[in-house]
Amino acid sequence: MKEKTVAEIAAAHGGFDPRLAISFMGKAGHGGFLGMDYVGHGEDWVELAIDWREDLVGDPNTGVLASAVVISLMDNATSMSIWTKLQEFRPQVTMDLRVDYLRPSPKGAKVYGRGQCYHLSHSIGFVRGVAHNGDIDEPLAHVSGTFIRVGDRLG
Amino acid sequence: MTTPDPRTELLPPYARALDMTIIGLHNGAPLIEMPFANKVQGRPGFLHGGAISGLLEMAAVAAIQHALHERGDEATFKQVNVTIDFMRGGVRQTTFAVGEVTRLGRTMANVEARAWQDDPAKPITIANLHYLLKRS
Repeated sequence: MKEKTVAEIAAAHGGFDPRLAISFMGKAGHGGFLGMDYVGHGEDWVELAIDWREDLVGDPNTGVLASAVVISLMDNATSMSIWTKLQEFRPQVTMDLRVDYLRPSPKGAKVYGRGQCYHLSHSIGFVRGVAHNGDIDEPLAHVSGTFIRVGDRLG
Repeated sequence: MTTPDPRTELLPPYARALDMTIIGLHNGAPLIEMPFANKVQGRPGFLHGGAISGLLEMAAVAAIQHALHERGDEATFKQVNVTIDFMRGGVRQTTFAVGEVTRLGRTMANVEARAWQDDPAKPITIANLHYLLKRS
């Protein structure tokens, strides 16, 4: 079965719907491996989540999730926040991401990631985000980064 | 197909789930490879940035463990942060990564990890990581 691209999904629905997009992105490829779920979205933010799983553990002694699970989660949440703010899908790639790990994501705990696009220029989407275990006021990681549009730029 | 180094056993469940293996040493640090597969794919035909980051973090951890072992140091370490530059798209082929411990001090370590596919001189992604060292 040919995978539908985010662009095809967005085009078919006259805009970008993060809930609909994650129903595809969260089941295919790396998002599918991690089991990324939609949690919520607003004008310029998207929140996704990943359940704790034995095979996502980075430290077998503590059961703490691999920190890269948080990177993948935040990469997708911040990326989707740009399309949500734009209200349409435009091809883009991650230019850079910085993640500060405030504390580990404990064994058994679901990890949530809220990504926000706080500024858009012609070519760059500026993003930030927070990962947490259910209470956003108790973050486990802070993220900031930039995405660069490839192909068409905002005119 | 390369024979995995016995140190592959030391990689955590996350790394094993993505079929990462240690295949030897490169510039004195463990060299890790990750095959292309659907489970590490982002947009169709390309590696997911998070999967590349995972490979880089595993290379960084292996590099610190190796460097500490080399100097007979029993310190434990905890990651503080990471900055990742995505420079080229990762395509449908095996990716390699190695970490370089640029400084191993008393309280912290700096590591630069690089990932490449065809040519080590053309990295697809570079991560800079900070670790806090702890001694009991």
